[in-house]
Amino acid sequence: MGRIVVEVMPKPEILDPQGKAIGTGLERLGLSGFSGVRQGKLFHLSIEGEVTADALAKAREAATSLLSNPVIEDVVSVREADDAEVSR
Amino acid sequence: MSSRTAMATATPLIGERSDDGAIPGADALRVGVVQFPGSLDERDAQRAVTLSGARAVSLWHGDESLSDVDAVILPGGFSYGDYLRCGAIARFAPLMTAVVDAAKGGMPVLGICNGFQVLCESHLLPGALIRNDHQHFICRDQDLAMENVDTAWTRDYTSGETITIPLKNGEGGFVADPPTLDELEGEGRVVARYSGLNPNGSQRDIAGITNAAGNVVGLMPHPEHAVEAGFGTDSADGMRAGVDGQGFFTSVLRSLLV
Repeated sequence: MGRIVVEVMPKPEILDPQGKAIGTGLERLGLSGFSGVRQGKLFHLSIEGEVTADALAKAREAATSLLSNPVIEDVVSVREADDAEVSR
Repeated sequence: MSSRTAMATATPLIGERSDDGAIPGADALRVGVVQFPGSLDERDAQRAVTLSGARAVSLWHGDESLSDVDAVILPGGFSYGDYLRCGAIARFAPLMTAVVDAAKGGMPVLGICNGFQVLCESHLLPGALIRNDHQHFICRDQDLAMENVDTAWTRDYTSGETITIPLKNGEGGFVADPPTLDELEGEGRVVARYSGLNPNGSQRDIAGITNAAGNVVGLMPHPEHAVEAGFGTDSADGMRAGVDGQGFFTSVLRSLLV
């Protein structure tokens, strides 16, 4: 079983109200010192067999067509999961 | 406030409606309302269509045909639980292929709230809708300044007119890059702007936009909740007496009958 990790983040210029709310929550907890919080998304795509170039290409297509909206989000990375990530 | 007269002031039951003010030929028109898993406002949209004098047709997201409808409404709600992004999964529903093709062919399509989000995710309209800047869900009677009244869905309004219809959203902040916003404004494609108060942080107070052809309109507030006296917005005529949303549903019939 192979696994591909896709990371998506809101574009830097787009306001991230969720990240802002989390930042406020951290302050309330007394966990100060973070000057900003932005919330993104992490996807694990499992496949039968090895992670091939073809599988990565398909994952990239998934990342740009459905997993992210290019108007408001960037696909930060599409990569094969390392061993620790595969066991999760 | 709009000076529009109510079509159905006494909240009659469907079928008992007086035909005063009915649009001639409207009863031959079929307006489809798409139901996705998690849609909430499809019954209200259907009722708004019925009260406008046309026939409301329920369309199922899993079907592939638009069943000979003359126009389509994508209603409000939380399709697919708003999973991933609002409207992102609904975009790939089988029926949406037919909706996108029909819209490109000129069929009038109105997306309300979640429907607006689906239209943006489908790339029928530019931009996207993100969480309200103040992070709270908001529900209020909202003033709108109407701008483009040449679209298939707004011809019964007057440019510059202020109307009041309900607004209820958690992710209603309209965003696009500055060149896209400039293009929308330059081409007169802003259909309505928030007036008095921007309830969700939408850029340039944009509440609704249209495509270049004017047949596809996306609107964050809910005209279908202000079509029947007694169940509309609070107005000078009385509590819940406001019916400023009617114009969207009558406009499309007049557009189709031209």
